[in-house]
Amino acid sequence: MRDHDAAGIWHPPQLSARWWPVFLRNFLVWRKLALPSLIGNIAEPLIWLVAFGYGMGALVGKVMVQGEQVPYILFLASGSVCMSAMQAASFEALYSAFSRMNVQRTWDGIMNAPVGLDDIVLAEMLWASFKALFTASAILCVMMALQISLSPKLAVAWLVLAATGITFSCIALIFNALAKGYDFFTYYFTLFMTPMMFLSGVFFPLEQLPRVVQAVAHWLPLTNAVALVRPLFMDRWPDAPLQHLAVLAGYALGAFWIALALTRRRFRA
Amino acid sequence: MTTPLLQATDLTKRYADTTVVDHLSFAIAPGECLGVIGPNGAGKTTTIRMCLGLTAPDTGGIAYFPGADGTALQMPRDARAIKARLGVVSQFDTLDPDFSCAENLLVYGRYFGLGRAAMQPRVPQLLDFAALAHKADARPGALSGGMKRRLSLARALVNDPALLLLDEPTTGLDPQARHLMWERLQTLLQQGKSILLTTHFMDEAERLCDRLLVLDHGRKIAEGVPRALIAEHLEPDVVEVYGNGALRLAGDAALTALAARTEVSGETVFFYTQDARALLGALAAHPQQRTLHRPANLEDLFLKLTGRQIREDA
Repeated sequence: MRDHDAAGIWHPPQLSARWWPVFLRNFLVWRKLALPSLIGNIAEPLIWLVAFGYGMGALVGKVMVQGEQVPYILFLASGSVCMSAMQAASFEALYSAFSRMNVQRTWDGIMNAPVGLDDIVLAEMLWASFKALFTASAILCVMMALQISLSPKLAVAWLVLAATGITFSCIALIFNALAKGYDFFTYYFTLFMTPMMFLSGVFFPLEQLPRVVQAVAHWLPLTNAVALVRPLFMDRWPDAPLQHLAVLAGYALGAFWIALALTRRRFRA
Repeated sequence: MTTPLLQATDLTKRYADTTVVDHLSFAIAPGECLGVIGPNGAGKTTTIRMCLGLTAPDTGGIAYFPGADGTALQMPRDARAIKARLGVVSQFDTLDPDFSCAENLLVYGRYFGLGRAAMQPRVPQLLDFAALAHKADARPGALSGGMKRRLSLARALVNDPALLLLDEPTTGLDPQARHLMWERLQTLLQQGKSILLTTHFMDEAERLCDRLLVLDHGRKIAEGVPRALIAEHLEPDVVEVYGNGALRLAGDAALTALAARTEVSGETVFFYTQDARALLGALAAHPQQRTLHRPANLEDLFLKLTGRQIREDA
């Protein structure tokens, strides 16, 4: 372990295999409440899907995606599963991680053992990503049961959803590091997540937006996740996949680094 | 003194323009219990945090577990290697509310790289030690304050540490729970473990600690064996006088002449003397006052060294 004070809060991550017992700890707690939490996690997105997909779908009819007409229910399903991954990751990395960090002081206890703060932040990031993937998987299963899509490329979509979970976990951990209390997260949800839901092509094509807004929307992480997942639902390969993946990876790496630095600053006092 | 397990040298920590720890040096010998006492804000917790690598000192260093070849582990550089051999009970419980007592120990062992096979036989022993064998399946929320502290102590022992750092381990406990905790700490000392302990309880410090470090405003103001410190700084006898009109006696030249020092605190007059017999005889002329004759103790020492004023930042 290098002298971490000489390098300030921005030094490279000091990680070890000790992130695993921290991840496992979260898993063991979750296992006790997995079933009720699963129902809570997937019920709401499915209600949205049924209400909007079938209800609005009848009014909207078909939507153009990559030069192909697709039923609105498929358009919405492919977007909303990304949104669910985003929300599951964000909830876990904000409310739950904050409870462990600040309320229960679980992190303080762990740091008295030979586990570094960087290991804990990595474990929390991977844990929130795991929960996002778990939620998205359950929703994908229901969508397949409803025969919204049976494309074999959903296996690739599943990997993209894992990446989506990682990206939003990393972003949320920045706000976790800055939070004074739970109230702070309301701002994150209303000022960041809600606008992104409507600007990322989940409910309607981006082309409906004014050009200036579109230019911004193209760089939102959720937009790039949806752009990858939607064609896979249609059994097609996405256009410019590397560009979209690069945007997600850029957000994830940048956000993780910032989250680490701000968490170190929080614990340094 | 034999080679110490922990050697802190010239530690200083400042926050803005406040110096919280000021050029502090101390050491802990193997098998020793070192007590750190001081009023609130004296720098006790900051010192422990520096020992744990959670706060970086502005000057000075902390060396742990020196080897025969003269090398030692340095905090914070070798934090992981040091913590693998430390046991820590912090001021506030950080037990996992979602796990039972047994699961708390099992999960904590994993942070030290101890798997199920290593922990399975240890968990019942640790619960037994903490007098919690009957609570193995209970969650911390269902435990009393004393039980929680003992579970925290058991958790700090999962890795069989050579050195324990305990930050106010008995604060908030009732006398029964405190005595049980003391008994367990005595057992650990008899097993040869070393302990660094911060406390506000002078009887705890006197009972458990081989040596004491008295801190005030971040500085070491006294260090030594409890009884020797009392003998060095105080007269052996104390006579307390209280009750209606007691304060007037503090100005009674006939009485003060019989005491080496006289102090007033609240409604009580404290006479410190080499021999209380003459003073007690003179006080017999004031039967309406209540008197208490006792040997000088650590609390007298503490108040003499750090003053009787309430600390406003407390």
